[in-house]
Amino acid sequence: MIKALGYFIEIIRGSLITARHFVVNMALHILKVLGIKTKKRGAVTIQYPEEKKELASRHRSLHRLMKREDGKPRCVACMLCVTVCPSECIYVEAAEDPDPEIQKYPAKFLIDISRCCFCGFCVEACPEDAIRMDSGQIEVADYSRQDLVYDLDRLLG
Amino acid sequence: MTEILIVFLKIICALVWFLTITLYLTWVERKESAVIQDRIGANRASILGIRIIGLFQPFADAIKMIFKEDFTPSFSKKRLHDLAPFISFFFVAITISAIPFGDVIRIGGRTIKLQILDINAGLLFILAMLSLGIYGIILSGWSSNNRFSLIGAVRGAAQLISYEVALGLSLVGLIMIYPSLKLSQIVHFQGQHLFGFLPKWGIFLQPLGFVIFLFAALAETKRVPFDLPEGESEIIGFFAEYSGLKWGLFMMTDFMEILIISCMLVTLFFGGWQVPWLATDGFHFPGGGTWLLPHWAVVFLQIASFNIKVFFFCWLQVLIRWTYPRFRYDQLMDMGWKLLIPLSLVNILGTGLIMSL
Repeated sequence: MIKALGYFIEIIRGSLITARHFVVNMALHILKVLGIKTKKRGAVTIQYPEEKKELASRHRSLHRLMKREDGKPRCVACMLCVTVCPSECIYVEAAEDPDPEIQKYPAKFLIDISRCCFCGFCVEACPEDAIRMDSGQIEVADYSRQDLVYDLDRLLG
Repeated sequence: MTEILIVFLKIICALVWFLTITLYLTWVERKESAVIQDRIGANRASILGIRIIGLFQPFADAIKMIFKEDFTPSFSKKRLHDLAPFISFFFVAITISAIPFGDVIRIGGRTIKLQILDINAGLLFILAMLSLGIYGIILSGWSSNNRFSLIGAVRGAAQLISYEVALGLSLVGLIMIYPSLKLSQIVHFQGQHLFGFLPKWGIFLQPLGFVIFLFAALAETKRVPFDLPEGESEIIGFFAEYSGLKWGLFMMTDFMEILIISCMLVTLFFGGWQVPWLATDGFHFPGGGTWLLPHWAVVFLQIASFNIKVFFFCWLQVLIRWTYPRFRYDQLMDMGWKLLIPLSLVNILGTGLIMSL
Protein backbone atom coordinates (compact mmCIF):
# COMPACT_ATOMS: atom_id res chain seq x y z
CA MET A 1 0.00 0.00 0.00
CA ILE A 2 2.78 2.41 0.96
CA LYS A 3 4.72 1.31 -2.12
CA ALA A 4 1.67 2.01 -4.27
CA LEU A 5 1.35 5.44 -2.68
CA GLY A 6 5.01 6.08 -3.51
CA TYR A 7 4.32 5.25 -7.16
CA PHE A 8 1.35 7.57 -7.10
CA ILE A 9 3.46 10.46 -5.81
CA GLU A 10 6.09 9.77 -8.46
CA ILE A 11 3.39 9.75 -11.15
CA ILE A 12 2.22 13.19 -10.06
CA ARG A 13 5.81 14.46 -9.90
CA GLY A 14 6.37 13.20 -13.44
CA SER A 15 3.46 15.15 -14.79
CA LEU A 16 4.63 18.22 -12.87
CA ILE A 17 7.96 18.03 -14.73
CA THR A 18 6.27 18.02 -18.13
CA ALA A 19 3.85 20.71 -16.98
CA ARG A 20 6.80 22.85 -15.89
CA HIS A 21 8.47 22.41 -19.27
CA PHE A 22 5.20 23.40 -20.93
CA VAL A 23 4.64 26.51 -18.81
CA VAL A 24 8.24 27.76 -19.02
CA ASN A 25 8.55 27.19 -22.77
CA MET A 26 5.11 28.65 -23.43
CA ALA A 27 6.00 31.79 -21.44
CA LEU A 28 9.23 32.13 -23.44
CA HIS A 29 7.33 31.70 -26.72
CA ILE A 30 4.79 34.34 -25.71
CA LEU A 31 7.55 36.76 -24.69
CA LYS A 32 9.17 36.20 -28.09
CA VAL A 33 5.91 36.94 -29.88
CA LEU A 34 5.54 40.12 -27.81
CA GLY A 35 9.03 41.12 -28.92
CA ILE A 36 10.69 40.89 -25.50
CA LYS A 37 14.25 39.54 -25.63
CA THR A 38 15.04 36.72 -23.21
CA LYS A 39 18.26 34.92 -22.40
CA LYS A 40 16.74 31.47 -22.90
CA ARG A 41 14.81 30.28 -25.92
CA GLY A 42 11.53 28.40 -25.82
CA ALA A 43 12.74 25.73 -28.21
CA VAL A 44 16.12 24.43 -29.27
CA THR A 45 14.90 24.05 -32.87
CA ILE A 46 16.84 25.63 -35.74
CA GLN A 47 14.44 26.30 -38.62
CA TYR A 48 16.76 24.61 -41.11
CA PRO A 49 16.42 25.91 -44.64
CA GLU A 50 15.99 29.49 -43.42
CA GLU A 51 18.36 29.38 -40.46
CA LYS A 52 21.58 27.42 -40.62
CA LYS A 53 23.83 26.22 -37.87
CA GLU A 54 27.42 27.44 -38.08
CA LEU A 55 29.77 24.59 -38.98
CA ALA A 56 32.67 23.73 -36.72
CA SER A 57 36.06 24.88 -37.99
CA ARG A 58 37.23 21.26 -38.34
CA HIS A 59 34.06 20.13 -40.10
CA ARG A 60 34.75 17.98 -43.17
CA SER A 61 32.53 19.36 -45.92
CA LEU A 62 32.71 19.08 -49.70
CA HIS A 63 36.22 18.79 -51.19
CA ARG A 64 37.96 21.53 -53.12
CA LEU A 65 41.27 21.48 -55.02
CA MET A 66 43.80 24.22 -54.35
CA LYS A 67 45.49 26.27 -57.07
CA ARG A 68 48.99 27.59 -57.58
CA GLU A 69 49.60 31.30 -58.05
CA ASP A 70 49.28 30.89 -61.84
CA GLY A 71 45.87 29.23 -61.52
CA LYS A 72 46.94 25.67 -62.29
CA PRO A 73 46.02 22.93 -59.83
CA ARG A 74 48.50 22.27 -57.07
CA CYS A 75 48.02 18.56 -57.51
CA VAL A 76 51.03 16.65 -58.85
CA ALA A 77 49.06 13.46 -59.57
CA CYS A 78 51.07 11.42 -57.05
CA MET A 79 48.10 9.04 -56.55
CA LEU A 80 48.46 9.03 -52.74
CA CYS A 81 44.82 10.09 -52.25
CA VAL A 82 43.69 7.47 -54.74
CA THR A 83 45.63 4.85 -52.78
CA VAL A 84 44.41 5.88 -49.35
CA CYS A 85 40.77 6.39 -50.25
CA PRO A 86 38.77 3.64 -48.47
CA SER A 87 35.72 4.00 -50.68
CA GLU A 88 37.82 4.17 -53.88
CA CYS A 89 35.95 7.17 -55.15
CA ILE A 90 38.89 9.21 -56.50
CA TYR A 91 40.17 8.70 -60.04
CA VAL A 92 43.25 10.60 -61.22
CA GLU A 93 44.82 10.46 -64.68
CA ALA A 94 48.33 11.95 -64.78
CA ALA A 95 49.87 13.89 -67.65
CA GLU A 96 53.39 15.26 -68.11
CA ASP A 97 54.01 18.87 -67.22
CA PRO A 98 56.62 20.81 -69.19
CA ASP A 99 57.95 22.38 -65.99
CA PRO A 100 60.67 20.02 -64.61
CA GLU A 101 60.00 21.25 -61.10
CA ILE A 102 56.41 19.93 -61.21
CA GLN A 103 56.80 16.97 -63.61
CA LYS A 104 53.18 15.77 -63.47
CA TYR A 105 49.74 17.32 -63.39
CA PRO A 106 46.28 15.72 -63.32
CA ALA A 107 44.66 15.59 -66.72
CA LYS A 108 41.55 14.14 -65.07
CA PHE A 109 40.62 14.38 -61.42
CA LEU A 110 37.24 12.79 -60.62
CA ILE A 111 35.64 12.35 -57.21
CA ASP A 112 32.43 10.31 -57.04
CA ILE A 113 30.71 12.19 -54.19
CA SER A 114 27.95 9.57 -54.01
CA ARG A 115 30.58 7.04 -52.89
CA CYS A 116 32.69 9.34 -50.72
CA CYS A 117 32.38 8.72 -46.98
CA PHE A 118 33.95 12.05 -46.00
CA CYS A 119 36.68 10.43 -43.90
CA GLY A 120 39.24 13.07 -44.83
CA PHE A 121 42.07 10.60 -45.47
CA CYS A 122 42.80 12.17 -48.88
CA VAL A 123 43.39 15.52 -47.19
CA GLU A 124 45.81 13.95 -44.71
CA ALA A 125 47.61 11.94 -47.37
CA CYS A 126 48.20 14.83 -49.78
CA PRO A 127 51.87 15.97 -49.66
CA GLU A 128 51.17 19.13 -51.67
CA ASP A 129 48.15 20.42 -49.67
CA ALA A 130 46.29 20.27 -52.96
CA ILE A 131 42.97 18.92 -51.64
CA ARG A 132 41.04 20.34 -48.71
CA MET A 133 37.61 19.67 -47.22
CA ASP A 134 36.75 23.14 -46.00
CA SER A 135 34.38 24.47 -48.64
CA GLY A 136 31.59 24.66 -46.03
CA GLN A 137 29.17 23.09 -48.48
CA ILE A 138 27.19 20.24 -46.94
CA GLU A 139 24.09 20.16 -49.13
CA VAL A 140 25.19 17.76 -51.84
CA ALA A 141 22.21 16.33 -53.67
CA ASP A 142 21.37 15.73 -57.30
CA TYR A 143 18.88 13.97 -59.48
CA SER A 144 21.25 11.51 -61.16
CA ARG A 145 24.30 9.57 -60.06
CA GLN A 146 26.35 10.91 -62.97
CA ASP A 147 25.88 14.48 -61.74
CA LEU A 148 27.51 13.51 -58.47
CA VAL A 149 30.83 12.68 -60.15
CA TYR A 150 32.71 15.96 -59.71
CA ASP A 151 35.44 16.73 -62.22
CA LEU A 152 38.52 18.91 -62.06
CA ASP A 153 36.84 22.18 -63.04
CA ARG A 154 34.11 21.79 -60.50
CA LEU A 155 36.53 20.85 -57.74
CA LEU A 156 38.78 23.79 -58.52
CA GLY A 157 35.57 25.84 -58.41
CA MET B 1 -42.29 24.84 -36.41
CA THR B 2 -39.97 27.30 -34.66
CA GLU B 3 -39.36 24.66 -31.99
CA ILE B 4 -38.00 22.28 -34.61
CA LEU B 5 -35.94 25.05 -36.14
CA ILE B 6 -34.43 25.88 -32.76
CA VAL B 7 -33.52 22.26 -32.10
CA PHE B 8 -32.04 22.05 -35.59
CA LEU B 9 -29.96 25.17 -34.96
CA LYS B 10 -28.80 23.83 -31.63
CA ILE B 11 -27.68 20.56 -33.25
CA ILE B 12 -25.75 22.43 -35.92
CA CYS B 13 -24.06 24.73 -33.40
CA ALA B 14 -23.12 21.87 -31.09
CA LEU B 15 -21.77 19.72 -33.93
CA VAL B 16 -19.77 22.60 -35.38
CA TRP B 17 -18.33 23.32 -31.93
CA PHE B 18 -17.58 19.66 -31.38
CA LEU B 19 -15.96 18.92 -34.74
CA THR B 20 -13.95 22.15 -34.90
CA ILE B 21 -12.47 21.60 -31.49
CA THR B 22 -11.81 17.95 -32.32
CA LEU B 23 -10.00 19.05 -35.47
CA TYR B 24 -7.94 21.55 -33.53
CA LEU B 25 -7.18 19.04 -30.79
CA THR B 26 -4.90 17.33 -33.31
CA TRP B 27 -3.07 20.64 -33.62
CA VAL B 28 -3.03 21.09 -29.83
CA GLU B 29 -1.63 17.60 -29.45
CA ARG B 30 1.24 18.29 -31.83
CA LYS B 31 2.02 21.73 -30.49
CA GLU B 32 1.71 20.82 -26.83
CA SER B 33 3.95 17.78 -27.20
CA ALA B 34 6.44 19.98 -29.01
CA VAL B 35 6.44 22.63 -26.30
CA ILE B 36 6.83 19.99 -23.60
CA GLN B 37 9.84 18.54 -25.43
CA ASP B 38 11.47 21.95 -26.13
CA ARG B 39 10.56 21.82 -29.82
CA ILE B 40 8.45 24.08 -32.02
CA GLY B 41 6.09 21.62 -33.66
CA ALA B 42 4.26 21.67 -36.96
CA ASN B 43 4.38 25.24 -38.27
CA ARG B 44 4.87 24.89 -42.02
CA ALA B 45 1.32 24.46 -43.35
CA SER B 46 0.48 27.72 -45.07
CA ILE B 47 -2.16 29.35 -47.19
CA LEU B 48 -0.64 31.84 -49.67
CA GLY B 49 2.51 31.97 -47.61
CA ILE B 50 0.70 32.85 -44.40
CA ARG B 51 1.40 30.36 -41.64
CA ILE B 52 -0.01 31.43 -38.29
CA ILE B 53 1.91 29.06 -35.98
CA GLY B 54 0.68 26.10 -38.00
CA LEU B 55 -3.03 26.73 -37.50
CA PHE B 56 -3.75 25.37 -41.00
CA GLN B 57 -2.13 22.05 -40.17
CA PRO B 58 -5.42 20.22 -39.42
CA PHE B 59 -6.75 21.19 -42.86
CA ALA B 60 -3.59 19.98 -44.54
CA ASP B 61 -3.92 16.69 -42.65
CA ALA B 62 -7.57 16.37 -43.61
CA ILE B 63 -6.88 17.03 -47.30
CA LYS B 64 -4.04 14.53 -47.28
CA MET B 65 -6.28 11.94 -45.66
CA ILE B 66 -9.11 12.49 -48.14
CA PHE B 67 -6.85 11.95 -51.13
CA LYS B 68 -5.14 8.89 -49.72
CA GLU B 69 -6.13 5.54 -51.17
CA ASP B 70 -8.91 3.95 -49.15
CA PHE B 71 -7.60 0.42 -49.28
CA THR B 72 -9.81 -2.47 -48.23
CA PRO B 73 -7.95 -5.76 -48.02
CA SER B 74 -9.41 -8.53 -50.19
CA PHE B 75 -9.69 -10.92 -47.25
CA SER B 76 -11.77 -8.57 -45.10
CA LYS B 77 -15.52 -8.73 -44.58
CA LYS B 78 -16.32 -5.73 -46.77
CA ARG B 79 -19.62 -4.42 -45.38
CA LEU B 80 -18.62 -4.68 -41.73
CA HIS B 81 -15.17 -3.33 -42.51
CA ASP B 82 -16.79 -0.22 -43.98
CA LEU B 83 -19.32 0.05 -41.18
CA ALA B 84 -17.00 -0.21 -38.17
CA PRO B 85 -15.39 3.27 -38.19
CA PHE B 86 -18.79 4.90 -38.61
CA ILE B 87 -20.17 3.00 -35.63
CA SER B 88 -17.37 4.08 -33.34
CA PHE B 89 -17.62 7.64 -34.69
CA PHE B 90 -21.39 7.81 -34.33
CA PHE B 91 -21.60 6.62 -30.74
CA VAL B 92 -19.11 9.21 -29.59
CA ALA B 93 -20.56 12.03 -31.68
CA ILE B 94 -24.08 11.46 -30.38
CA THR B 95 -23.06 12.00 -26.75
CA ILE B 96 -22.66 15.73 -27.38
CA SER B 97 -26.45 16.00 -27.46
CA ALA B 98 -26.72 15.59 -23.69
CA ILE B 99 -23.97 17.99 -22.66
CA PRO B 100 -25.21 21.32 -21.23
CA PHE B 101 -23.20 24.23 -22.67
CA GLY B 102 -24.90 26.85 -20.56
CA ASP B 103 -28.03 27.63 -18.60
CA VAL B 104 -30.86 29.25 -20.56
CA ILE B 105 -30.83 32.08 -23.04
CA ARG B 106 -33.85 34.39 -23.34
CA ILE B 107 -34.50 35.78 -26.81
CA GLY B 108 -37.80 37.45 -27.72
CA GLY B 109 -39.86 35.97 -24.90
CA ARG B 110 -38.51 32.48 -25.47
CA THR B 111 -36.28 30.60 -23.04
CA ILE B 112 -33.94 28.31 -24.87
CA LYS B 113 -31.89 25.72 -23.02
CA LEU B 114 -28.29 25.64 -24.17
CA GLN B 115 -28.40 21.89 -24.47
CA ILE B 116 -29.69 19.83 -27.37
CA LEU B 117 -31.62 17.26 -25.37
CA ASP B 118 -32.23 17.42 -21.65
CA ILE B 119 -32.86 13.69 -21.19
CA ASN B 120 -34.06 12.46 -17.81
CA ALA B 121 -31.22 9.97 -17.61
CA GLY B 122 -28.65 12.12 -19.41
CA LEU B 123 -25.74 10.76 -17.43
CA LEU B 124 -26.72 7.15 -18.14
CA PHE B 125 -27.24 8.04 -21.81
CA ILE B 126 -23.67 9.28 -22.16
CA LEU B 127 -22.23 6.27 -20.32
CA ALA B 128 -24.30 3.89 -22.45
CA MET B 129 -23.26 5.50 -25.73
CA LEU B 130 -19.60 5.51 -24.72
CA SER B 131 -19.82 1.80 -23.91
CA LEU B 132 -21.47 1.07 -27.25
CA GLY B 133 -18.30 2.42 -28.86
CA ILE B 134 -16.76 -0.97 -28.06
CA TYR B 135 -18.78 -2.39 -30.96
CA GLY B 136 -16.78 -0.25 -33.35
CA ILE B 137 -13.54 -1.67 -32.00
CA ILE B 138 -14.70 -5.29 -32.01
CA LEU B 139 -16.23 -4.98 -35.46
CA SER B 140 -13.15 -3.36 -36.98
CA GLY B 141 -10.85 -5.98 -35.50
CA TRP B 142 -13.02 -8.90 -36.48
CA SER B 143 -14.03 -7.74 -39.96
CA SER B 144 -10.42 -6.99 -40.90
CA ASN B 145 -9.92 -10.77 -40.77
CA ASN B 146 -6.38 -10.23 -39.61
CA ARG B 147 -5.13 -12.04 -36.49
CA PHE B 148 -3.28 -9.07 -35.11
CA SER B 149 -6.28 -6.79 -35.58
CA LEU B 150 -8.49 -9.33 -33.87
CA ILE B 151 -6.12 -9.69 -30.94
CA GLY B 152 -5.94 -5.90 -30.69
CA ALA B 153 -9.71 -5.67 -30.70
CA VAL B 154 -10.01 -8.30 -27.98
CA ARG B 155 -7.42 -6.47 -25.91
CA GLY B 156 -9.38 -3.26 -26.42
CA ALA B 157 -12.68 -4.83 -25.49
CA ALA B 158 -11.20 -6.41 -22.35
CA GLN B 159 -9.72 -3.10 -21.30
CA LEU B 160 -12.84 -1.07 -21.98
CA ILE B 161 -15.12 -3.51 -20.20
CA SER B 162 -12.86 -3.61 -17.12
CA TYR B 163 -12.69 0.13 -16.88
CA GLU B 164 -16.38 0.58 -17.67
CA VAL B 165 -17.10 -1.00 -14.28
CA ALA B 166 -14.84 1.41 -12.42
CA LEU B 167 -16.20 4.32 -14.46
CA GLY B 168 -19.77 3.48 -13.54
CA LEU B 169 -19.04 2.74 -9.89
CA SER B 170 -17.05 5.96 -9.43
CA LEU B 171 -20.13 7.92 -10.44
CA VAL B 172 -22.47 6.11 -8.03
CA GLY B 173 -21.25 8.30 -5.15
CA LEU B 174 -22.09 11.39 -7.17
CA ILE B 175 -25.50 10.05 -8.15
CA MET B 176 -26.23 9.47 -4.46
CA ILE B 177 -25.50 13.11 -3.67
CA TYR B 178 -27.00 14.78 -6.73
CA PRO B 179 -30.77 15.03 -6.86
CA SER B 180 -31.17 13.81 -10.41
CA LEU B 181 -29.53 12.13 -13.40
CA LYS B 182 -30.57 15.08 -15.56
CA LEU B 183 -27.33 16.82 -16.46
CA SER B 184 -28.91 20.28 -16.36
CA GLN B 185 -30.10 19.67 -12.80
CA ILE B 186 -26.73 18.25 -11.80
CA VAL B 187 -25.11 21.48 -12.95
CA HIS B 188 -27.79 23.61 -11.25
CA PHE B 189 -27.17 21.73 -8.02
CA GLN B 190 -23.48 22.60 -8.22
CA GLY B 191 -24.37 26.29 -8.16
CA GLN B 192 -25.06 26.07 -4.42
CA HIS B 193 -22.38 26.76 -1.86
CA LEU B 194 -20.63 24.74 0.82
CA PHE B 195 -20.07 26.61 4.11
CA GLY B 196 -21.32 29.75 2.38
CA PHE B 197 -18.30 30.35 0.15
CA LEU B 198 -16.99 27.17 -1.52
CA PRO B 199 -18.92 26.29 -4.69
CA LYS B 200 -20.64 22.94 -4.24
CA TRP B 201 -18.76 21.31 -7.11
CA GLY B 202 -18.41 17.56 -7.44
CA ILE B 203 -14.66 17.70 -6.89
CA PHE B 204 -15.20 19.01 -3.33
CA LEU B 205 -17.95 16.51 -2.59
CA GLN B 206 -16.30 13.47 -4.19
CA PRO B 207 -12.52 13.90 -4.43
CA LEU B 208 -11.87 10.14 -4.48
CA GLY B 209 -14.64 9.64 -7.02
CA PHE B 210 -12.99 12.27 -9.20
CA VAL B 211 -9.60 10.53 -9.15
CA ILE B 212 -11.15 7.15 -10.00
CA PHE B 213 -13.28 8.68 -12.73
CA LEU B 214 -10.25 10.45 -14.20
CA PHE B 215 -8.22 7.23 -14.40
CA ALA B 216 -11.08 5.15 -15.74
CA ALA B 217 -11.97 7.84 -18.28
CA LEU B 218 -8.36 8.03 -19.46
CA ALA B 219 -8.46 4.28 -19.99
CA GLU B 220 -11.70 4.71 -21.95
CA THR B 221 -10.06 7.12 -24.39
CA LYS B 222 -7.49 4.41 -25.29
CA ARG B 223 -4.62 6.90 -25.29
CA VAL B 224 -1.04 6.44 -24.30
CA PRO B 225 -0.80 5.25 -20.74
CA PHE B 226 -3.65 2.91 -21.70
CA ASP B 227 -3.11 2.52 -25.44
CA LEU B 228 -2.84 -1.27 -25.53
CA PRO B 229 -5.75 -1.68 -28.00
CA GLU B 230 -3.83 0.16 -30.74
CA GLY B 231 -0.21 0.65 -29.64
CA GLU B 232 0.59 2.46 -32.86
CA SER B 233 4.35 2.40 -32.33
CA GLU B 234 4.99 -1.30 -31.83
CA ILE B 235 2.07 -3.63 -31.02
CA ILE B 236 -0.44 -3.83 -33.83
CA GLY B 237 -3.90 -2.57 -33.02
CA PHE B 238 -7.46 -3.09 -34.12
CA PHE B 239 -7.38 -0.64 -37.03
CA ALA B 240 -4.24 -1.97 -38.67
CA GLU B 241 -6.16 -2.76 -41.87
CA TYR B 242 -7.64 0.71 -42.29
CA SER B 243 -6.29 3.55 -44.36
CA GLY B 244 -7.31 6.94 -45.63
CA LEU B 245 -10.44 8.57 -44.31
CA LYS B 246 -11.67 5.48 -42.44
CA TRP B 247 -8.47 5.45 -40.43
CA GLY B 248 -9.00 9.18 -40.01
CA LEU B 249 -12.42 8.49 -38.52
CA PHE B 250 -10.87 6.26 -35.87
CA MET B 251 -8.35 8.98 -35.12
CA MET B 252 -11.16 11.55 -34.93
CA THR B 253 -13.03 9.26 -32.55
CA ASP B 254 -10.04 9.26 -30.22
CA PHE B 255 -9.91 13.02 -30.11
CA MET B 256 -13.68 13.29 -29.76
CA GLU B 257 -13.47 10.97 -26.78
CA ILE B 258 -10.96 13.33 -25.18
CA LEU B 259 -13.38 16.18 -25.67
CA ILE B 260 -16.38 14.22 -24.37
CA ILE B 261 -14.45 13.01 -21.33
CA SER B 262 -13.44 16.62 -20.64
CA CYS B 263 -17.06 17.72 -21.00
CA MET B 264 -18.15 14.99 -18.58
CA LEU B 265 -15.42 15.82 -16.05
CA VAL B 266 -16.44 19.46 -16.17
CA THR B 267 -20.17 18.81 -16.00
CA LEU B 268 -20.00 16.29 -13.18
CA PHE B 269 -17.08 17.47 -11.06
CA PHE B 270 -16.34 21.09 -11.92
CA GLY B 271 -19.74 22.71 -12.00
CA GLY B 272 -20.34 22.64 -15.75
CA TRP B 273 -21.11 26.16 -16.90
CA GLN B 274 -21.21 27.50 -13.32
CA VAL B 275 -18.95 30.43 -12.54
CA PRO B 276 -18.23 30.64 -8.80
CA TRP B 277 -20.75 32.99 -7.11
CA LEU B 278 -22.46 33.92 -10.38
CA ALA B 279 -26.24 33.74 -10.16
CA THR B 280 -28.71 34.50 -12.96
CA ASP B 281 -28.60 38.24 -12.28
CA GLY B 282 -24.92 38.75 -11.52
CA PHE B 283 -22.20 38.00 -8.99
CA HIS B 284 -23.05 37.57 -5.32
CA PHE B 285 -19.74 37.41 -3.51
CA PRO B 286 -19.53 35.57 -0.16
CA GLY B 287 -18.32 38.76 1.56
CA GLY B 288 -21.71 40.33 0.81
CA GLY B 289 -20.86 42.41 -2.26
CA THR B 290 -22.92 42.10 -5.43
CA TRP B 291 -22.15 42.98 -9.01
CA LEU B 292 -25.22 42.91 -11.22
CA LEU B 293 -24.80 41.97 -14.87
CA PRO B 294 -27.17 42.00 -17.85
CA HIS B 295 -28.58 38.71 -19.11
CA TRP B 296 -26.32 38.44 -22.17
CA ALA B 297 -23.20 38.96 -20.07
CA VAL B 298 -24.23 36.18 -17.69
CA VAL B 299 -24.89 33.80 -20.60
CA PHE B 300 -21.56 34.74 -22.16
CA LEU B 301 -19.70 34.18 -18.87
CA GLN B 302 -21.34 30.79 -18.41
CA ILE B 303 -20.46 29.56 -21.89
CA ALA B 304 -16.95 30.95 -21.57
CA SER B 305 -16.51 29.26 -18.21
CA PHE B 306 -17.65 25.92 -19.63
CA ASN B 307 -15.27 26.26 -22.58
CA ILE B 308 -12.29 27.27 -20.47
CA LYS B 309 -12.80 24.33 -18.13
CA VAL B 310 -13.18 21.92 -21.05
CA PHE B 311 -10.02 23.25 -22.71
CA PHE B 312 -8.12 22.86 -19.46
CA PHE B 313 -9.05 19.20 -19.24
CA CYS B 314 -8.21 18.62 -22.90
CA TRP B 315 -4.82 20.17 -22.16
CA LEU B 316 -4.41 17.96 -19.12
CA GLN B 317 -5.21 14.82 -21.07
CA VAL B 318 -2.70 15.70 -23.78
CA LEU B 319 -0.13 16.40 -21.06
CA ILE B 320 -0.79 12.99 -19.52
CA ARG B 321 -0.44 11.35 -22.91
CA TRP B 322 2.98 12.93 -23.42
CA THR B 323 4.24 12.20 -19.90
CA TYR B 324 3.67 8.56 -19.11
CA PRO B 325 4.88 5.36 -20.72
CA ARG B 326 2.45 2.59 -21.52
CA PHE B 327 1.18 0.16 -18.88
CA ARG B 328 2.02 -3.49 -19.19
CA TYR B 329 -1.14 -5.49 -19.84
CA ASP B 330 -1.22 -7.24 -16.44
CA GLN B 331 -0.56 -3.93 -14.68
CA LEU B 332 -3.46 -2.45 -16.61
CA MET B 333 -5.82 -5.21 -15.52
CA ASP B 334 -4.50 -5.09 -11.94
CA MET B 335 -5.13 -1.37 -11.78
CA GLY B 336 -8.66 -1.76 -13.12
CA TRP B 337 -9.84 -4.71 -11.08
CA LYS B 338 -7.68 -4.60 -7.94
CA LEU B 339 -7.29 -0.88 -7.37
CA LEU B 340 -9.97 1.24 -9.01
CA ILE B 341 -12.99 -1.00 -8.39
CA PRO B 342 -12.29 -1.63 -4.65
CA LEU B 343 -11.53 2.08 -4.24
CA SER B 344 -14.79 3.05 -5.91
CA LEU B 345 -16.67 0.60 -3.66
CA VAL B 346 -14.99 2.20 -0.63
CA ASN B 347 -16.02 5.56 -2.03
CA ILE B 348 -19.66 4.46 -2.30
CA LEU B 349 -19.57 3.08 1.25
CA GLY B 350 -18.00 6.24 2.63
CA THR B 351 -20.47 8.47 0.81
CA GLY B 352 -23.37 6.41 2.15
CA LEU B 353 -22.01 6.56 5.70
CA ILE B 354 -21.55 10.32 5.62
CA MET B 355 -24.97 10.88 4.07
CA SER B 356 -26.70 8.72 6.70
CA LEU B 357 -25.03 10.56 9.59
